[in-house]
Amino acid sequence: MSLAELICPAGTPAALRTAVDAGADAVYCGFQDATNARNFPGLNFTPDELAASVSYAHAKRTKVLLALNTYPPAGKVDLWRQAADTGARLGVDAFIVADMGVADYIARTHPQVRLHLSVQAAASSPEAIRYYCESFGVKRVVLPRILTIPEIRQIRGEIPCEIETFIFGNHGLMVEGRCSLTNYLTGQSTNMDGVCSPASDVEYARHADGSMASQLAGFTIDQFGPDEKAGYPTICKGRYTAPNRPQGYYAFEEPVSLNLSRLLPELIEAGVHAFKIEGRQRSKSYVRGVVRAFRAAVDDIKAGREANIADLVALTEGQKQTQGAFETKKWR
Amino acid sequence: MISETPRPSRPGEGAVARLSCLALQPILSRIVRRIAKKHSSLFARLGPHQTTDFLIDPVELPFALHLRPDPQALVFRAVPRHAAPQAGAVIRGRFLLLLELVDAEEDGDAAFFSRDLEVSGDTEAVVRLRNALDDMEDSLAEETAGMFGPPGRAILARFRRAYLNTSTEEENP
Repeated sequence: MSLAELICPAGTPAALRTAVDAGADAVYCGFQDATNARNFPGLNFTPDELAASVSYAHAKRTKVLLALNTYPPAGKVDLWRQAADTGARLGVDAFIVADMGVADYIARTHPQVRLHLSVQAAASSPEAIRYYCESFGVKRVVLPRILTIPEIRQIRGEIPCEIETFIFGNHGLMVEGRCSLTNYLTGQSTNMDGVCSPASDVEYARHADGSMASQLAGFTIDQFGPDEKAGYPTICKGRYTAPNRPQGYYAFEEPVSLNLSRLLPELIEAGVHAFKIEGRQRSKSYVRGVVRAFRAAVDDIKAGREANIADLVALTEGQKQTQGAFETKKWR
Repeated sequence: MISETPRPSRPGEGAVARLSCLALQPILSRIVRRIAKKHSSLFARLGPHQTTDFLIDPVELPFALHLRPDPQALVFRAVPRHAAPQAGAVIRGRFLLLLELVDAEEDGDAAFFSRDLEVSGDTEAVVRLRNALDDMEDSLAEETAGMFGPPGRAILARFRRAYLNTSTEEENP
């Protein structure tokens, strides 16, 4: 049976408390290092902050999921093992992992703590998901954002674990956990260092006509007209010229956010156990607004009422939203 | 380090800016000392950017704000734009938007997407400052207004009403 749990982001202790108070069933967060895929400057938790946050969340019956969802470089696993040991000691309710070595360590060392398979593992077939379940005891898979709802329903019937899907936020759905675009330009790895478009390599240049260029490691990756909405400075959302596209075009993806608020009933019916809101890098204001809106919507649906979905477009990237592949594979 | 292109000034603007800065300085010093004392944990999130010079530019005011969040030598002062120091990072937007961002009443990324917020210079410094401020539990605006009693709170409420009215008009012209 679908529990329709709401899994909410927290980049700081204050954001975690905001998410809990706004109605999160679980909050996911990470340490201030390369063990998670939002290793951004000034973000995330120290062990002491996580300890206090776990106490706060548990007092309000909210779970805390610790993201250890990056890949250790070969032979350098100590940081991930220490993070797992610390998380287990502090009483987190689950680890979100991508790397098989990390999953194996936790399964052997902390078998009492649930394992969730991160979207960064890019497990999208029943065979792949079953492998993680059988080998490491994974209890839940976070599905990549490339599947339609009928496909999710079919997978649900063929795997022995729960399903979590993203419902709102950043819509970077290249082959997740495999993207090397940032590495190509900056030398830092999204998947091993946890930094997509590291802020230290990002620069915005404002021009006299009001336009703005976003640059990564000295390369211009987009230019926005004076009245044009902007997006994140990521290579996958960049606009590029080509011999046959001199005006520039989005070669990989467009700056747009996922918003599945209108598909919630179908996702619940398809057997999705948990709904994930992206955005650990976002503010308390975002967390408060999005969590409240989805809390009300999920509660309405579970009570048999029609959900009244708040307008969240102002919080979306480029102020544009999509239902992506969940609605149809023709979305792009 | 970046330097800002000076804007063309209106007659008398320089004098107004200098006077405003002089009048504001004691208040700004009091505000920043109080915040630093009460919210000392925010300095850890700033990491190496405790000594970065930030220029906070409220576009409709006659001056900018210079912040260096160094716990050993805090600087928070109003400066005429033409006399603004070389800054490591510049954050520009309407005054009340900047205040709402500090108080987590508005989302910084959303304000950036809509182009209401501009940043230039060292993006990492801006991200660290944003995350440090976002981890504060209390409302800086309310706290600051509270330092000046009922008149301070009344002025803040008036500012906020004006900001909300302007935002609504922009969304529904």
